[in-house]
Amino acid sequence: MNFQASKINEQTPWQEMTPGGEIYEGGTAKAVRTGEWRSDVPVWDPAKCKQCLLCAPFCPDSSIPVSNGKRGAFDLDHCKGCGICWKVCPFGAIAFEKEEK
Amino acid sequence: MSIRDRLSGNEAIACAMRQINPGVFAAFPITPSTEIPQYFAQYVANGLVDTEYVTVESEHSSMSTCIGAQAAGVRAVTATSSCGLAYMTEMLYVAASSRLPITLACVNRALTGPININNDHSDSMGARDTGWIQLYAENNQEAYDNYLQAMRIAETPDVRLPIMVCQDGFITSHAVENILLEADEKVRAFVGEYTPERHLLQHGNPLAVGPYDTCPYCMEHKVQQAEAMKNAKRAVLEVAADFARTFGRKYGLFEAYAMEDAEVALVLIGSTAGTAKACVQRLRERGVKAGLLKLRVFRPFPMEEIAQALSHVKAVAVMDKSEGYSGCGGPLFAEVRSACYDLPNRPLMTNVVYGLGGRDCAVEDVERVYRHLLRMAESGQAGPRYLHMGQRSSEQEVL
Amino acid sequence: MAYNHKRELSKPERFVGGHRLCAGCGAGIVCRAVTRALDEGDRAVICNATGCLEVSSFLYPYTAWEDSYIHSAFENAAATCGGVEAAYRFLKRRGSVEDSFKFLAIGGDGGTYDIGFQSLSGAMERGHDMVYFCYDNEAYMNTGIQRSSSTPRFASATTTPPGSASSGKPQNKKDLTEIMAAHHIPYVAQTTFLTNFKDLHEKAHRAIYTPGPAFVNIMSPCPRGWQYSPELLPELCRLAVETCVWPLYEVIDGVWHLSYEPKRKLPVTEFMRLQGRFKHCFQPGSEWTLEAAQRYVDEKWEALLSRCV
Repeated sequence: MNFQASKINEQTPWQEMTPGGEIYEGGTAKAVRTGEWRSDVPVWDPAKCKQCLLCAPFCPDSSIPVSNGKRGAFDLDHCKGCGICWKVCPFGAIAFEKEEK
Repeated sequence: MSIRDRLSGNEAIACAMRQINPGVFAAFPITPSTEIPQYFAQYVANGLVDTEYVTVESEHSSMSTCIGAQAAGVRAVTATSSCGLAYMTEMLYVAASSRLPITLACVNRALTGPININNDHSDSMGARDTGWIQLYAENNQEAYDNYLQAMRIAETPDVRLPIMVCQDGFITSHAVENILLEADEKVRAFVGEYTPERHLLQHGNPLAVGPYDTCPYCMEHKVQQAEAMKNAKRAVLEVAADFARTFGRKYGLFEAYAMEDAEVALVLIGSTAGTAKACVQRLRERGVKAGLLKLRVFRPFPMEEIAQALSHVKAVAVMDKSEGYSGCGGPLFAEVRSACYDLPNRPLMTNVVYGLGGRDCAVEDVERVYRHLLRMAESGQAGPRYLHMGQRSSEQEVL
Repeated sequence: MAYNHKRELSKPERFVGGHRLCAGCGAGIVCRAVTRALDEGDRAVICNATGCLEVSSFLYPYTAWEDSYIHSAFENAAATCGGVEAAYRFLKRRGSVEDSFKFLAIGGDGGTYDIGFQSLSGAMERGHDMVYFCYDNEAYMNTGIQRSSSTPRFASATTTPPGSASSGKPQNKKDLTEIMAAHHIPYVAQTTFLTNFKDLHEKAHRAIYTPGPAFVNIMSPCPRGWQYSPELLPELCRLAVETCVWPLYEVIDGVWHLSYEPKRKLPVTEFMRLQGRFKHCFQPGSEWTLEAAQRYVDEKWEALLSRCV
């Protein structure tokens, strides 16, 4: 079955949609830019960041990427601006500001 | 060479299940289907099957277990009746919309209330809009043969719909009759293996099942299901043709008994057909051109074929062994009548609701219906369209 | 293997961004944490009950899950999961499945404590090798915040609003973790989101890798239903534990183990005053509700202490 989720949208005819609403790949939600929901945005200061990674597990939206034991910049395509990481950082390395759009 | 045996309908189904050796059996008892999980449990206990036997705590969980198992790539089966089927109705819709070819043995029993454990078709008729393929049997042979064909029909790639194999509770399920069984290896060769293209446990390929469909998507998925049900008619006939080639017994969408020149005919489902055939033979001996259309496939409903079979008949009685409480007839009547709408010469047609809660229907009762049809044909008047038969009444009833 | 926070957080995400959960939703945190507890070589099948998580994480054609996933209905995540697990056993015996799979049923308190209770109890009793993770946000949130049996006493919900004739939900919160322990399954635990997530991770990992049925109840705050500003979630979890409203414990083969005892048990008002769902309790004349809430927490805590080794 070669129905790719990325080819399915609200104009897709029934013959080209997956039977029963199945999806044959993982993580297709990444294509949805929930970052557009934000009013406030977290701002990461790498200089103050001690890489303790206490912020990373608290993010509901998997928007603090971690690899090889180090966090990187926020995934602003998906960050919804909840502010949890800002509150949880013990070192003030995350600010939380009104986003300029 | 078929094997001659004597089995009840329940035992015949359990035997077919054993031969097929499904992946998961979700077991919950309800009269009169209880014997099916009981027989199967004994097969499990004696190591005759490889099936994972899951003793669920309710019928809703039976169907949920079947859905999980079938989505995970194995054949999942269960058996139930009456309120058990009603309790799992929510999940029947999901099994169909998720396009999972689950097989359910339905031993027809009246829906509560009042609570009654005897046969009528209110349970499976109540599930007619769920999107399941529905096959009915006149006797234990047909129940067994339908079960052997069921999975191949359901698993056909452009079908992928669940299927229920129905038989009359107690009348067929518990009565021991002669039967021709087929050898285990022949059954397995006929039914084949279940090889879904995608399932939950595939290496490297995750599968997500059961989405939330917003308005822009739901209609298309339901249209897909409708098309699949249309395709099921072809699949039924293809599998029946292969069954006839393999085992020698012929099946179609219905059995047309003495219909070629029939002037009066009954349309009905299930074990009453045996009674009705005895009546037809009696009437034919007296020169009455009586016929019988015994429906095997109710879903998908063979509209054109039924119309064709009834097109030359003068007067038809559609016998419903369930009520729909439309106020004007039962479910089979509504669909048969609709089928005949496009005929240039529509037969006179009436509905007889009978047999509710296991009310007996004997040859004499069937004969009264044929006599009524003869009067209709004679007068050219259909008369009252919606009749009940078999109830005690303080008034003179038509039948 | 000792908990290594950096190693665990460096694993590939199995619950991705792009789902439709509210900003700051505890359920999203649960999903990342429990899937992170899977060993990297293992695959999973997530069996999810209808609710906030389900409608948000598999909204066609978008799945937030990297693993296989099945949703069938509201009250039957456990039964559906049992079916998947039974199929796996059948296929494994035949040699038709090469991978090692784990089976995670996930439901909110609605689909677990109430409508899903029968199916949960049945699946646990049958002994399927699976874990049921409940993300407990203490009400039917997806339908707009109606009370569940998990809603704490006095909490405001749309079906238990406070008013001149009511102080919010009249009944105490059902103790489902205790009920699941009474099923005598190999592993039961209660946890939430704290500091480096060691407690939740170790419990989730133990639940997944203990053969047989396991149940983990995770308090999962909801900014909408509990009426607090989303960034306060970590503080609420900390206070829930420090006030003993939500004790952390495990029941391993029937033996109760306390995971954490606060050095200084805080008054329950510390937890309640941050949430709008309890604001009526702080009105003059409602002091009795705060006293009743404190008495209840104290009784439950003392009872738990006496059960734990």
